[in-house]
Amino acid sequence: MTETARTTTQSTAQSTGRTARGPGARGVEELPLHMQRVGFDPAPELGAIRDGAGVRKVRTPFGLEAWLVTRWSDVREVLGDAGRFSNEWQGAFRPPGMPERSPEEIARLRAGNLLAFDPPAHTRLRRMLTPEFTGRRMARLEPRVREIVDQHLDAMEQAGPPADLVADFALPVPSLVICELLGVPYGDRAEFQRRSARLLDLSSPMDERMRAQEEQRDYMAGLVARERAEPGEELLGMLVREHGEELSTDELIGIANLLLIAGHETTSNMLGLGTLALMDHPDQLALVRDDPDAIGPAVEELLRWLSIVHSGTIKSATGPAEIAGQPIAEGELVMLSIPAANRDTALLEDPERLDVRRGALGHVAFGHGVHHCLGAPLARMEMRIAFPAVLQRFPDLRPAGEDRRFRSFNVVYGMESLPVTWGGA
Amino acid sequence: MGALRADRGVCIGAGMCVMTDSAVFDQDDDGIVVLLEEDPDTDGKVRAAVDACPSGALSITED
Repeated sequence: MTETARTTTQSTAQSTGRTARGPGARGVEELPLHMQRVGFDPAPELGAIRDGAGVRKVRTPFGLEAWLVTRWSDVREVLGDAGRFSNEWQGAFRPPGMPERSPEEIARLRAGNLLAFDPPAHTRLRRMLTPEFTGRRMARLEPRVREIVDQHLDAMEQAGPPADLVADFALPVPSLVICELLGVPYGDRAEFQRRSARLLDLSSPMDERMRAQEEQRDYMAGLVARERAEPGEELLGMLVREHGEELSTDELIGIANLLLIAGHETTSNMLGLGTLALMDHPDQLALVRDDPDAIGPAVEELLRWLSIVHSGTIKSATGPAEIAGQPIAEGELVMLSIPAANRDTALLEDPERLDVRRGALGHVAFGHGVHHCLGAPLARMEMRIAFPAVLQRFPDLRPAGEDRRFRSFNVVYGMESLPVTWGGA
Repeated sequence: MGALRADRGVCIGAGMCVMTDSAVFDQDDDGIVVLLEEDPDTDGKVRAAVDACPSGALSITED
């Protein structure tokens, strides 16, 4: 275990203990196995499963039993076969503590959520959205992303050190990029960001976050109604123009909500955690800062090494299957350890080491198969702009203080805050 | 050396191939894969693009 890892174990335990947030103030030992980490690394037990039996029966956060798949090749196989490993079972499942809902209500809340469908229902939605994430579309968005990044760096510079890189940069930048992508009008953005921040703030009570979620959904409903009446140039307007007849209003709202959540939490946490990882590896930080060709591979390596999405969606076996020699019965649940898979020697040599020079493409940080992250091109573009921009603006960026507040109780791993400083401060 | 095939019905438009080798792969306005070369060298970058393709739309048929 490295020095960094030791100090982070401590602060992980501290911050988890402090969290009377999210699912409740539980000790780190109660964290479901697939979410356990030591600083940047997956818990040693996850690596031990991968290098041993390959799969293990575990309990999911909602108390169900599932097979945890850990090897890179097995994870790719499960993700690559939506016919044998289905996402659709989730529609019928009600997590404990959630209010009982009528079938109509469930269908309404599920509409447009690509992750809750298998092909062909999934294919129908995915095909409508694909044109919005092509290289050309990303090139059109890029100047606005640069502006948003620069505006936030200007504000940090003007306020002077120290700053919280999470609150001042990593959270607001992806939020504004989503506004740009969806077509949220400028006048609505401050309020949109405040709602998003409340929705994602783990330190606020669950009912407060649920309320923010409902408000955001109501806002999306209003936005969809306006786009229906007068379609704009951005994603929602495009969907209305091209597919307005075949998409229900609930589907449009569901798509907008999914893109907000999926595009916000993930990129935010990559920016926060990735910057800390680079600060811990000063030679690699210097490379990303100074060499314009370094960022492409660096983003892939950070995606792989950090693997901030612990597991992705849980699948259900549609028939008898076998993974790593383990028979899986029809209807049994299968979940994946993305961090374990991305540190498998079957993917690359010396997988525990961060080396931004290599940038292997086969990692499963964005998943694989038909559910492969729709927003991956956008996430890559944001990171390729944001990391060098931060490091060029503050060439001697460094952590302010020793405390490391990792976020454990969340579907996406990251930092709760990241105090940084620069210059003579 | 094998022949490169792209199944546009299977493609989900992830764009990994274009990112890997933009001389051989492109996306149309719908985001679906288009081959720019009829018979490219299927080693090196093209094979990497086939391996990276999330949907399995790309394949190399060995002669």
